[in-house]
Amino acid sequence: MSVKKLTKKVLAGWVQGLIQTDKVVGVQARGDKFEFAPLKSAKDLRLDYDVTLQPPKQFFLPPCETLVRYAKDGSYTCASEADQLILMGVHPYDVIAINQLDRLFSQDNVDTHYLQRRQGITIIASDVKTASKNVFASSMKTAVVREGYDVLLTDVGDGFVAEAGTPKGQALLDKAKGAVEAGEEDLGKRQQVWDHNSRHLNQHPLKCDPAYLPKLLEKTYRHPIWEKKAKTCFSCGSCNLVCPTCYCFDVQDDVNWDLASGSRERAWDGCLLDGFTKVAGNHEFRKARADRFRHRLYRKAKYVPAKIGGQIACVGCGRCVGACLPDIANPVAVYNELLDEVGIS
Amino acid sequence: MCECCTKHQKGTYLPQLATVEEARLLNKTEMYLRLTMDDGAWDYRPGHFVEVSIPGIGEAPLTIASSPTFKGGLEIVVRRVGNVTNAMHRLKAGGKVGIRGPLGRGLYPVDAARGKPIVFICGGIGLVPQRSFINYVMDHRSDYGRVVILQGTRDMDQRFFQEELSAWGRAKDVVVTETLDKPDPQWKGNVGVVTTLISKIPVDLKSAILSVCGPPVMYKFVLMALAEHDVPHDHIYLNLERKMKCGVGKCGHCQINHLYCCMDGPVFKFSDLAVVPEAI
Repeated sequence: MSVKKLTKKVLAGWVQGLIQTDKVVGVQARGDKFEFAPLKSAKDLRLDYDVTLQPPKQFFLPPCETLVRYAKDGSYTCASEADQLILMGVHPYDVIAINQLDRLFSQDNVDTHYLQRRQGITIIASDVKTASKNVFASSMKTAVVREGYDVLLTDVGDGFVAEAGTPKGQALLDKAKGAVEAGEEDLGKRQQVWDHNSRHLNQHPLKCDPAYLPKLLEKTYRHPIWEKKAKTCFSCGSCNLVCPTCYCFDVQDDVNWDLASGSRERAWDGCLLDGFTKVAGNHEFRKARADRFRHRLYRKAKYVPAKIGGQIACVGCGRCVGACLPDIANPVAVYNELLDEVGIS
Repeated sequence: MCECCTKHQKGTYLPQLATVEEARLLNKTEMYLRLTMDDGAWDYRPGHFVEVSIPGIGEAPLTIASSPTFKGGLEIVVRRVGNVTNAMHRLKAGGKVGIRGPLGRGLYPVDAARGKPIVFICGGIGLVPQRSFINYVMDHRSDYGRVVILQGTRDMDQRFFQEELSAWGRAKDVVVTETLDKPDPQWKGNVGVVTTLISKIPVDLKSAILSVCGPPVMYKFVLMALAEHDVPHDHIYLNLERKMKCGVGKCGHCQINHLYCCMDGPVFKFSDLAVVPEAI
């Protein structure tokens, strides 16, 4: 697969061409923040963004999606509404989060709805140009990604280096009129971007190798930190909402106006919300706020890693840090405090 | 059939239709349902559960109450407690329900218990999931040792499966003991919660297999009582209740620390729960 060099003009022409033939979702400004939204013009694409408000998760696992439809006669049919779309400007940490969701939804019982959406999406990733206020991807070793994208774009100053990661990406890249083979110098500049990002996307440095976190958490289940931090937690679930690796969902039935047919929908849910574990009869298994607070951080650095070959399920995007009003969600702050007290052994 | 069903397999969340062959109330709150799958019966093991689906209301996870040795269909017993279960109580013979399953590990130790005495400790409708295993043992009676069934119920009104309990009690080398928490004056049997029966179990507890199912509050007290008798932890099986919403290990609601109740259970061996503080 080839590595091309695209001048900014060539890139704009390429993107504009894709917009004409495909459904393209790209990063664009929304006020002084950024979001993934349908791209109408290549001019709106902002590959210099720092972080998006919401991760691209919504295109793989929509906030609300129909799983099953039921008819008046009581029969069920499987619903599938997957679009073909190109997702443009996904940062490496978000690509890694998608890679993790891919594994989680394909293992054990395959989730057909997720996989069908996934197959319809082409990912054009983009290396980080501007560090966001709370990013700590360098600490989580997620600042650079080498798999999971179809095309990877890197801003090297006088243009972009574009590398195809899959045949699907190669086919897209072949449409870039005026693209040339990337030279040694371009690849050198790209390496410099990777080296820089590997060290400097780090507003909250973690005091250990992320691979150590599952071991750390083996020793801290009863630590007073959970109680202390959760004292100011609103149980609002904002940390869950903005997280690119949170994938818990609720399932609810919806009835049509005929009061006989309808659909079964799944919608995002959050383990921080009160009632998340409540069963009929009002028994709630994780009633204490501190237990829910702890569960999220254990899921990120212990429970989910055990399911995906040890990778930590926090990719250092820093969105939860910004979303949390009482400022207790920052995983690095919690893990560092535990490291200070328990130490590395 | 939709695209995703043909490309992969049947949709993950697509229920299969079943016909209600029999529906009757066992007491004020428990309803017995016997179902047959419209597309043909499937294999399951004691301890497997199904997601029962009522269109417009939702799904409820229920452990199969029949033994796979029973050829008359799929039996479930449902307490009227939430939206779906209340809707299920309105089902009548000839009606339809959706079923997804069999789900879970189906871990009741039909093989590990062979040749050993088995003690079933049931609290209230905890008898229902255990019934799959009990009936399996009854249908292979000579393969297993003495069977003791302890049933603790709150009061007279809540009792159910009386005929079945008596029939089991009449079988060779089977002891059925009931206790009521709040009995009527005419009750002549044991009084108290089910744990009060544990010290009277007429088998060597150290060599027996113990299967426990009841309300969440019961487990801690049963396990404390069993600890007094030094029962090995790998001989104890617990059927845990959690909010098993998707039933296939994705939605996260039933997680018990690192375990998923729906994927790793809902029947667990107690020795597998040693480092799982949220379990009990």
